[in-house]
This record gives sequence, C-alpha cells and structure tokens, in this order.
Amino acid sequence: MKFHSPQSVDEAIGLLAADPDAKILAGGTDLLVRLRSRDVAPSAVIDIKRIDALTTISQPDGRWRIGAAVPSAEMNEHAGLKAAWPGVVEAADLIGSTQVQGRATVTGNLCNAGPAADSVPAMVAAGAMAEVAGPDGTRLVPVEDIPTAPGKTSLKQGEMVTAITLPGKPANSGDAYLRFIPRTEMDIAVVGVGIALTMDGDTIKDAKVALGAVGPKVIVADAAAKALIGTTGDEAALDALAEAASAAATPIDDKRGTAEFRRDVTGVMAKRTAKIAIARAKGEA
Amino acid sequence: MAKDEYQAREFKVIGTRPIRPDGIDKVTGKAQYGADMSAPGMLWGAIKRSPHAHARIVSIDTSAASAMKGVKAVITRADFTHQPEDKANADVLDNCMAGERALYDGHAVAAVAATSKSIAAAALDAIKVDYEVLPHVTDVDDAVKPGAPIIHEGRQRENVPEGHNGNVISRTAFGHGDPEEGFKKADLIIERNFTTAATHQGYIEPNACLASLGADGQGEIWVCTQGHYMVRNVSAAVLGLDAGKIRATASEIGGGFGGKTHVWQEPVALKLSQEAGKPVKLVLNRDEVFRATGPTASSSADIKIGMTKDGKITAATCTYRLQSGAYPADNAMLAAMCGFAPYDLEHVRTEGLEVVTNRPKAAAYRAPGAPMGAFPVESVIDELCQKLDLDPLDTRLQNASREGTRAVYGPTYPAIGLEATLEAAKAHPHWTAPLGDNQGRGVACGFWFNFGGDTSVSLMVNLDGTVSLAEGNPDIGGSRAAMTMMAAEELGIPLDQVRTFIADTASLGQNENTHGSRVTYAVGLATIKAARHAIEVMKQRAAMKWGIDADAIEWKDGAAHPAGDNAGKFPPMSIKEIAAISSNTGGPIAGHHEANPEGAGVSFATHMVDTETDPETGAVKVLRYTVFQDAGKAIHPDYVEGQFQGGAAQGIGWALNEEYVYGEDGRLQNPGFLDYRIPVASDLPMIEPVILEIPNPGHPYGVRGVGETSIVPPLAAIANAVSRSSDVRLTALPMSPPKVLAAMKAK
Amino acid sequence: MSRIHVSTTINGDETEFLCEAQETLLDVLRDDLDLTGSKEGCASGDCGACSVTVDGRLVCSCLMLAAEAEGRAIETIEGMADGDDLHPLQQKFLEMGALQCGICTPGVLVAAKNLLERNPDPTEEQVRYWLAGNLCRCTGYDKIIRAVMETAKDMRGAA
Repeated sequence: MKFHSPQSVDEAIGLLAADPDAKILAGGTDLLVRLRSRDVAPSAVIDIKRIDALTTISQPDGRWRIGAAVPSAEMNEHAGLKAAWPGVVEAADLIGSTQVQGRATVTGNLCNAGPAADSVPAMVAAGAMAEVAGPDGTRLVPVEDIPTAPGKTSLKQGEMVTAITLPGKPANSGDAYLRFIPRTEMDIAVVGVGIALTMDGDTIKDAKVALGAVGPKVIVADAAAKALIGTTGDEAALDALAEAASAAATPIDDKRGTAEFRRDVTGVMAKRTAKIAIARAKGEA
Repeated sequence: MAKDEYQAREFKVIGTRPIRPDGIDKVTGKAQYGADMSAPGMLWGAIKRSPHAHARIVSIDTSAASAMKGVKAVITRADFTHQPEDKANADVLDNCMAGERALYDGHAVAAVAATSKSIAAAALDAIKVDYEVLPHVTDVDDAVKPGAPIIHEGRQRENVPEGHNGNVISRTAFGHGDPEEGFKKADLIIERNFTTAATHQGYIEPNACLASLGADGQGEIWVCTQGHYMVRNVSAAVLGLDAGKIRATASEIGGGFGGKTHVWQEPVALKLSQEAGKPVKLVLNRDEVFRATGPTASSSADIKIGMTKDGKITAATCTYRLQSGAYPADNAMLAAMCGFAPYDLEHVRTEGLEVVTNRPKAAAYRAPGAPMGAFPVESVIDELCQKLDLDPLDTRLQNASREGTRAVYGPTYPAIGLEATLEAAKAHPHWTAPLGDNQGRGVACGFWFNFGGDTSVSLMVNLDGTVSLAEGNPDIGGSRAAMTMMAAEELGIPLDQVRTFIADTASLGQNENTHGSRVTYAVGLATIKAARHAIEVMKQRAAMKWGIDADAIEWKDGAAHPAGDNAGKFPPMSIKEIAAISSNTGGPIAGHHEANPEGAGVSFATHMVDTETDPETGAVKVLRYTVFQDAGKAIHPDYVEGQFQGGAAQGIGWALNEEYVYGEDGRLQNPGFLDYRIPVASDLPMIEPVILEIPNPGHPYGVRGVGETSIVPPLAAIANAVSRSSDVRLTALPMSPPKVLAAMKAK
Repeated sequence: MSRIHVSTTINGDETEFLCEAQETLLDVLRDDLDLTGSKEGCASGDCGACSVTVDGRLVCSCLMLAAEAEGRAIETIEGMADGDDLHPLQQKFLEMGALQCGICTPGVLVAAKNLLERNPDPTEEQVRYWLAGNLCRCTGYDKIIRAVMETAKDMRGAA
C-alpha cells in the first residue's frame, strides 16, 4: 500500500483517477478499521488533510461549506455553524467517541455509505449538498443521492466529495437529529431521525424528514413531512408523523435490533425530534 | 471448614488507604503488560482460525506460507507430537490447535511466526485449509434436543441418566429434604424458565505472551495471565515438557475476571519459538479474544419455588443447563450449588447439566456459574413477594441462611454475613428514597464460596532492614498493596519499608491462580505467617546478641524487646539493627510460608438498584445502585469498594446489553467492543459500596474474599427493578430495549 | 517495500521514524519507539486505551496512520508527568484508588487531561460523556469520575 498526501484537490483527483484501487483517507475512523480487519486492501491511501481548502468551515456565498477533512469536533466548536444547524452538528457529534470525533468527518460518514451513519439523515433533512470534484470538474449533488446501497456510492471513478454545503439558515427554521441506541454512547444507530422545518407563525410551512438505519440507505420520508406541513405540530400531527415515519421505514432484523422494534422506535424518535425542531424554529430552544 | 485463625486486634495499617505500590508505574505508562515486552531477535506470532462453527479439517497446505520471505515457522496440530494423557490437558491442546475438527468459529487451525506483523498476517492468508463443513449447534436448549448434532461422541460421563443426548456431558445434583412434600405446604408456587446469554469477561488487555523455547525443552514465558504457575504447568503438560525447565513470569495484567485462568495460546507461542529458534511474541487481537477465548456459559434454567402467604419458602427446585462451549466444564454444577445458597430451605433440589455446543470453550467469569444460579432464584422470590404483597427484604431475611444453616450444596455455615447485608440494606436511605414515574427499585442477594488454594510466600529481611516480599499471584486489582500492608502491620514497620514483588515460577513453590477471590485471603494469610516466621528468626538473632533465650523476647513496633524484667534490661533492637548483624548471627534472615488454607469464609451480598424504563423504547436506565457486602475485614477499603463497584457494573452490562450473538451459520456476529456492548461511563451512576465486616474465622485478620460475589445479584436485582417499574417480568437476558419493549407491548 | 520517513514531535522531543504505509501511529509508538504506555485494546477506536493528542486534539492512535504524523505534535501518557512531578490527575488517581488493573488508565488520563484543558469545570455528566470512549472493565467508573471531578476542583482552586 502506498501513502499519498496531496496538497491540492487537483493532485488528489489525479492520484485517484490514476489508481482505481486507491482510497481517500479523511478522518480514517472507518477506513483504518477496515484496513486492520483486512476488509479492504487498497493499493494506496490518499490523505486529504494536507489540502487547505478541505480543512476549513466557511460561508463563502451564504451557504455553509464544511471541508471534507474537517473533523466533527471542529463542527461542534464552530459557534456559527452550531447556531445555524444545531441538528447537523449534534448528529456529527454523535459519531463514535470524543476520540473518534477528533478525526471523523461528515463527508467520510456520507461516503462510507453505511445505512446507520448518524450525520446523514440530519444533513439530508437540512438540504445539504455534496460538492463532488472529479476529472470533469465540480458538481453539487444532493446528499441523499450519494449513497446508493450499503457501502456503495454514486461517485464515479476519479471523483471525490470535497465538501458538504448547507443553506444559510432560513428564518423561523429549526433542525434536530435524534437516534436510538442501546447504550448512551458508542453504539451504531438502531434508528436515526433528522428533521428540518420552517414555521410561519405557529404553522409548519415546510419540513423534511430523513430516516437512518431503517433501510439500505437514508430514507427521505415525504409522507412524514406532509403530516407536519400545515399543522402546528400538535399531538395529532405528531402522531400522524410517527405513523408515517414508521410506515416509511423498511428495516431488517439484525444483531442491533428487530425490524418490528425499529419500526416502532422510528415513530417515537420522529415525534421527539420534531418537538425539538419546532422549539428551535420558534426560538424556544 | 473454617479454622480458628482469627484474633481480634487493633490495626495500624490495615483499613487505611495508602497509595498502591505499583501506582506510579500505572499512571505514567511505565507498567509492563503482556504485549509490552520484547526480546532480541523476536518474531511475531499469529494464528489462523476456522471460519466455520463445525467442520472436518480435510487438509492444510502451509507450503506457500513457509516459502515466504520473513516467515520463520508455520505450525499445525501435526507439529504437536505429544498427546497429553490427562483429558483436561488434551482438551487444552485441542482448543489451542484444532485436531481433526474445528469445533467453533474462531478455533485455531494453524499458526505462523514471522519477522514482522504484516508478514505474519500475509502468511496466514497464504495458508490454505480445506474444510468439510459439518452440522452445528450453538444454543444450549437446541443442543439437548433429540437430533442435535453431537459435538463429542463418547464423552458423556456415567452420572448422566438415560434420556439425555450426548451433548449433555455431565450431571450433578444437590439438595436435601423432599420438595414434593414442601410444595404441598405452599400457598403460591411459581414455575418458570429463565435464560441468560453468554457474556465475555471483556478485559481490556487482549491475551498476550512472549515465549522462548529451546530444542532442549528449556524455556521462558512472559505472559499476561491470572496464574503463571498454571500457564507453566499446563503448557508443559500439553507439550510434553518438564515443568521445572520452564520459567513463567507474570506481566502486569490488564483485567481477567476469570478469563485469564485458562491456557489459550501459550503452547502455540512456545511451539512456534521452538520451531523458529527465536523468541515469539503472540498477541491476540480483539476479534480473537471474543471468538476464541472463553466467554461465560449461556444458560437455561427451569425453576419452581413455593411460598406460604406469610413469606416462608416451603420448597424449591431448579434444573440448570449451561452450555460450556466446545469442551466440558463445571459451570452448571456451580450454578446448582450457588443459586439457593443464600436461603435456609427445608426442601430443596438442584441439578446441573453441562452441555457442549459449537462455541468457544466457556471460561470462568467472576463467580462462575453463580450469576446464572441466582438469576432465576432471586427473580422468582421477587415475583412471589409481588404476588403475595410481601416486602422483598423482609422475606429474604425471613428465609436467610445464617450460622448453622445447612447449605444446598452440603456444608453447614459458620458465622456468615448475609443477614447483616440485608439489615444494612433495610436501614439505608436508598431503600426509602422516593421514586418517579416509570421507575422501580429491585433487590437481590448473591453468594460465592471463596477459596484458598496452594500458596507460597517468602519474606526477605534485607541487610539494611528493608523487606522484600515475594508472592506468586498476578496482581489484578491492588493485591500488592494489600500484601504490603499486611506485612508492614505484622512486622510493625512503616509501609514504605516493604516492597512486594510477583515472583516467577522458579522462585516460589506452587501458587494457585489469582481466582476464587483467594488472594487477599490465602496469600494474605501466608504473608502474615511468613512475617511471623521472619519475626521468630529475628527474635533468635536478638537473643543470640543479648545472650538470652528467644522465648524471653517479644516483638513489637518493628523491634525485638526483652519480654519482661526477668529477661534482662536491653534497649530494643530494631529490624534494621538485627538485619545489620545478620551476617554474624547466622546469615540471611527470611520467613516463608507454604500452605493450602481451607478457611476462606463464604461471601454474601445484597444489591439494591433503581431503574427507569422508557415506556416508548424499552430502554432501561440505571439511576441509583448500592452494594452491601461482607468483606470480613477490608484491608485496603478503596480496592474492596472497587471490587464491589466493578462487579456491579459487569452485572449491569450482563443484565441489560451484553450478549454473544450467533448467526444461523454458527458464526459470532459481534466480536468487537462496538456491538458487544459493555457499559460505558455515561451508562452508569455512581455505585455506592457499603462494606460490612463480619470477621472470617479462617483468617488471622478476618479477611474474606470480595472479588466475585458482586457480579451475582445484579442480573435479578435489575430484572426486579424493571418489573416494579414497568410491570413486566423479564426472564431472558439481556433485557435489551427490543425485548423490554416487546414485553411491554405484549402486556 | 519502501518505508516512509516521518518527522514529528512526541512529548516535546523531535522524533524521526520509518514506517510502512499501513502501520498505525499506535504500532509505531509501541513497536518502534518503545512508548508502550499507549495500549491496544481493540484496534477499532472502541476502547480508548490508545488515546493520545495530536496537535492538541484527542484521538485514538489506533485510528491514525503513522505516516499522518508528519509535522504534527503528539502527546502520549509518557509525556504527562513533568519529570518526577506527576500531573494532578495522575496524583489524584493514585490517592483515590481510581484504577484497578491499570490497562485503561493511560488512555483515561490522556483523555481527562484534554477535557480539563478545554473545560476546567465539567459537570459529572460531561465527564462521563467525554470519557464514554474510554472503556474500563474493572472500576464501574465511579472512582475515575470522582477523581477527575476532584482534580478539576483542585486545579480551579490553584489557578
């Protein structure tokens, strides 16, 4: 295995395009585990942490831009980002331990295409876009379109995600992410729910609901969002949200939980997440 | 039983909380654990393991691996040319390196030694094994069904009656009275099945050793273990070597909890070293630790208890089936002995069935068998109390074992501390603290035998009057502090004048493992007696100097004194002064003691826990926890409390989230700390330890072992709390959220 | 296989080493630099026994390639005491019996020190969540959490 540490995105793409078996190394908290267990054996790793443009959080044109090499701990320490998108930041802050958060990136969390990735439902709900760079230039792709199946992405040969972008925070909006895990920390999500919504007075005028760990990839639950839109987020609306979220889930039985449990808890978590998002949109939390 | 060793006395050192002697090395990273030692010319060992739960090994082709640059040895079972006669040792060999069949996912089938870790890993990949996959069984209740694949033909012992299949290797039975008569007197009888999952000891330090073995059969092994004598003895027997030609040295040990009381890979490292002609370091990875070093047994128990409406238990029976993994073990016997031990019963019968399955060899885990023994008993007693509207502490007190009670496993108890723990629980503010919504409070009791065992200690008085204490038990949780304190107490000298070392196997007589909660009791007893022996020698030296009889000398405050005016008027002669003249008064001064002490007092505990259940997700949170346990005498209370707290935390993990998960293919699905979920810091509350001191008659200072009992009560204590918070009786561990939620939905 | 040359700073000392591309920082610390105070409990970032800081950021050294250490400043347990003077956390752990077997202790201490540098007045809950990635199987965490809280109090008083 070779180790590359390119200084620019172009150099990284050149290396990636030239070597189909190379892997991008951002935080490495997933890649190193897979290297160690011999689950993957790349010909090279391309460490992108020496590329200045990928190591910062910025707001170039109203949108937030989180470089692909920014660890989640830095997101949590960024007051502006945290104020704008607390749900996304909290989700990033749930990835593994403090130690893992010192390295793990939301871009890596996305590109590993794990069905239970914590940051992904939060980013999807928030309308995040992935900045994809490749031999043919740069394009923006909705985050939900990056993973296609467990471990698989829509990225083409030679392409890499260089940043995640988030819209500027709309007025009267709030986002939240909650997950269910058996312990209080250190587990992979059994269910994850990200919700972002915008209020008009007491009425929810727009909402997006994304579900994690209950399907082969993140699920955008439009029916669940519809259950909220046009309501005040009262108990009846929340019950309808829960029912729609549970119905949208397509979970399986595995070592982390049963399908039935996951479906039930999807609804529970959706309600709890929505309450936080509504409170945030109203400026109450 | 207990010998009359105990003498009440005032202590100067015992019961204080000094800084442990090995502490600085452990907070600075200097302490050397199993994987921290290296040797000149050292090679890295690695083991290839079966991916199948049960398979015949058709052939193994090692030629490509052997031909690789940097590979210095490749071995399979064929290289172990000695076949041990002893069945237990033959099982150890077969477990270390599979013979004709691989018996579980993770069973070793070949090993290599190479000049680097990466070459060793590549060499494992180059070994080609041809398997014929065989039918497997991993569940204990499936294993005893007709038609189950039989793991070992012809191993069933004669004590197993007709009607059991060949996976039931052994049956034991205990009890007295006539339960059928007793049940007739009951107002309420509850009969249920309970199951517990296999759990791993979860020590944070993976098993590791550094071995060197010559062609002449002389060797050295540095090893992280709970018993380096055991490692030496068993490795020698497995390899057909003379034990005396091997010297084992214990590294610092990063947790064991019973899991390191067995030999898992040491003979492989020794054999690799012998083949390669160089030292070999063999360090397991976490995946191997989970797949191939013993978890505890999973269990299934059919229990029946009868009670009168005023709380008297009239009769009790329980049949325990414990899966011991791929090789026979005694866990069901221990469960059958321990489950009802806290209760004074007129009519009681228990039976233990040892069941083999296609899982790794089950190992001891802190009071082995006892948690599985207690879980059904303490759960059903609680349920009887709920249904008969009785107080769970008073009912336990009413039925509690006490001095003179005939234990279910046979003997009659001397002075014991169970009632004291129950009374302390009743009197504690925890018992009457208010509870909120979805919260409940559970209690449960637990028992462990404790143990003595072969023990050898030497205490050397150096020329400058300082003391070196040599003991032969790996210090897993502060025992060097305890030994140092006992030696200083007995000699009457300051603590910093004594240093305790863990001697290698060539420096002391046989020492049993650090297990059975035996070390502070047995090694402590031997330390006190070795100190007394040294004092006798020093009194003789002083007598020689003073020209009086040694009987006319008494020892106090670290010095020889004339026993009275008749003995003569001499100023006291301190240990330093006696040491300084030792060369001229007969030579070096040392005391020693060798024994197999039999007075380890039994141990009881009562635990109290508050839990809160999330009614929508089934998640159980532990809010408050208090441990009441009899320590006999707490030598260093910090480390007694630590044992109480640590055992409770392990029990909480066992109760709520820990389990071995096997797939249909018989492979372990969660061999890592990500999905084998031991409690993390944010999962637990503070755990309050309440130390009770009912002196053990069998120890000079009254010490009872405290290491194991604390894992026994939590399983039922938490189930009882959940029952009282959510009105669901969980009978299958772990009480993970999906199970709790399903139970609540089914109400 | 050609090896990679890395120049780094470890516990204040300029250090150079050669490593293979797939070797982790933990491998090099332990096997090449004889800094065996960082422990390998899992090699998957789940136990925290290998905790170190890299440019002041707490990480698992098992989850970082050694080659990534180029130009970074690394602190390990071996650098925590100032000569014979123990760090207040080390001293408090000894005084309060906050260790049993001691295998998790280096990682816990490195992590706790990093916490107190960022937050000198953490709540019990903050300490527990910060240390959730440092598994301890012996203590039930009680004495560890108390020792961190007590140290924080002492250090605030001394500041």
